[in-house]
Amino acid sequence: MSAPRGRFATYLDDLPSAGSASDVAAADVELALARPSLDGLPALLSPAAAPYLEVMARQARELTLQRFGRAVRLFAPLYVSNACLSSCTYCGFSKGLDVTRRTLSVPEVVAEAQSLAVQGFRHLLLVSGEHRIEVSANYLVACIEALRELVPSISIETQTWSDDTYARLVDAGLEGAVHYQETYDRVRYAEVHTAGWKRDYDRRLASTERAAESGVRRLGIGALLGLSLDWRADVRAVAEHAVWLQRHYWRTEVTVSLPRIKQSASGFQPLVPVTDAEYVQAMAALRLVAPEVGIVLSTREPAALRDGLARIAVTTMSAGSSTEPGGYLQPGQAQEQFAVSDERSPAEVAAMLESAGYEPVWKDAFALR
Amino acid sequence: MKDSMESTTGSLVIAGRVFTSRLLVGTGKFRSHAVMREALLASGSEVVTVALRRVDLTRAGEGDVLDFVPPGMTLLPNTSGAVDADEAVRLARLGRAATGADLVKLEVTPDPRTLAPDPIETLRAAERLVAEGFAVLPYCSADPVLCRHLEEAGCATVMPLGAWIGSNRGLRTRDAIEVIVAQAGVPVVVDAGLGVPSDAAEAMEVGADAVLVNTAIAVARDPVLMARAFALATEAGRMGFLAGRGAILDTAEASSPLTGFLA
Repeated sequence: MSAPRGRFATYLDDLPSAGSASDVAAADVELALARPSLDGLPALLSPAAAPYLEVMARQARELTLQRFGRAVRLFAPLYVSNACLSSCTYCGFSKGLDVTRRTLSVPEVVAEAQSLAVQGFRHLLLVSGEHRIEVSANYLVACIEALRELVPSISIETQTWSDDTYARLVDAGLEGAVHYQETYDRVRYAEVHTAGWKRDYDRRLASTERAAESGVRRLGIGALLGLSLDWRADVRAVAEHAVWLQRHYWRTEVTVSLPRIKQSASGFQPLVPVTDAEYVQAMAALRLVAPEVGIVLSTREPAALRDGLARIAVTTMSAGSSTEPGGYLQPGQAQEQFAVSDERSPAEVAAMLESAGYEPVWKDAFALR
Repeated sequence: MKDSMESTTGSLVIAGRVFTSRLLVGTGKFRSHAVMREALLASGSEVVTVALRRVDLTRAGEGDVLDFVPPGMTLLPNTSGAVDADEAVRLARLGRAATGADLVKLEVTPDPRTLAPDPIETLRAAERLVAEGFAVLPYCSADPVLCRHLEEAGCATVMPLGAWIGSNRGLRTRDAIEVIVAQAGVPVVVDAGLGVPSDAAEAMEVGADAVLVNTAIAVARDPVLMARAFALATEAGRMGFLAGRGAILDTAEASSPLTGFLA
């Protein structure tokens, strides 16, 4: 049985189609640039906007500086488990893949966190596959309670949960929850999510609403570019989703991430690769139509691109990441989710930000409990 | 009469502490701690506010923002990030435990987009913090009645906003500030939104006791020069206020009147 359609899903289903990206004319782009809005986003994402990339980047940078100042938040993902009961054709943790699985014990999670804290991190994202027995609500509560003194900002990127569980996690000290929809295209979603909890598109999409209503104050959303045929439609859906969430949950902060598919144990190849220039265009366009949304960039992307995007639109970055459970202290003992591109240390990334005129912000929260 | 006006030296007195400079500064948004430090020095300010959420209270002296605050400046920890009275009180207590300071700049901003201060939760938090012995400096809307309430609750100052925080839009709340200044029995510190030195001068000219400036200095092309400019403007505005402006007339009036020969 699938979950009922959430409020944003209903909004999205009623949204008029953007039409074909190749039909956009330069005049449409100029109009959209003059007064950026969600209505104009398809034009800003179109091939016709490519010649305006520098202009878009400049406008985006201006807005980013205005809203977020000369500061970039740093965080590290802490993979607690790669056990998974969902089958997703693009993911290195997918159920059934013959890979080494590992779920950290709570003391192991604390040890990993300590090694990250020594490097400066005070914002961690606990990441896992979808395994509600190995990574249960009780397990997450125990992790958060064990970490909250050391790490004032704790977010999760796990399976989706019920309202009650989100409220329990918040009560334990959870600050943020990240749920990528991966693709907002229902047909494509069904093709790549072949089995398990994650197969339910509507449950997944409504989970951010449930988290917000349960008191989670930082909401992360995103799409995995390269998964569907039409990355522009996914970027548009992400932007619509972010602004919709801000409108409906005024106490929350919304961050957006647009990871591009990377090499993983799944062997998945993107249907349509998104070029670097298109990627920068997407980030700049997103900033123009959603000036108050935080934009997160992971170490999936190479160093030079990350350095460039930090000057344009990005407000939060991971650094020195390992995508394997236990990978900070004992690398090589379990399957990683994907290969990282930017292999610089956190200190090197911080130094890059400083030399670009930004303050690397390690701590931007206080223990909620 | 206000504390600040009672002093013949023109000093600013907040919670029994005497300051010569009427420019308070912040530590956010600077491109580096080193630049921040230079700007703080150039500002001549004696009070600097620091966001407790940005300070690692568990880890002493590892390039934290506090290590870059020039010695001798009074630290004013702030509760930015708090979304309700409970969080603000909790944060203020943490700050006092870590820094020993009983001063707190109270900020309660449940909406992360506007960062507009929540008047209801701010007042609630102020009442509790005053009862716990804090000297409370509340960031608040430019609302004369709210400022009355905050003063009655025992706050050491009121800190009405000049414009949306970080907006550099100037003294958009001028009409309200004039009323607040006229009625206040505690120092009025115009906080937030002042974008250029002349905005600070304007706030001081209408009678504010001090201004707090952060973004305008931090994001300037040359933060150190901008800090100095704000210091001069604040002082100029204060002198202008004390000097007393001439009446505003509808028509021209010659500076040498026709009957001048009688003198």
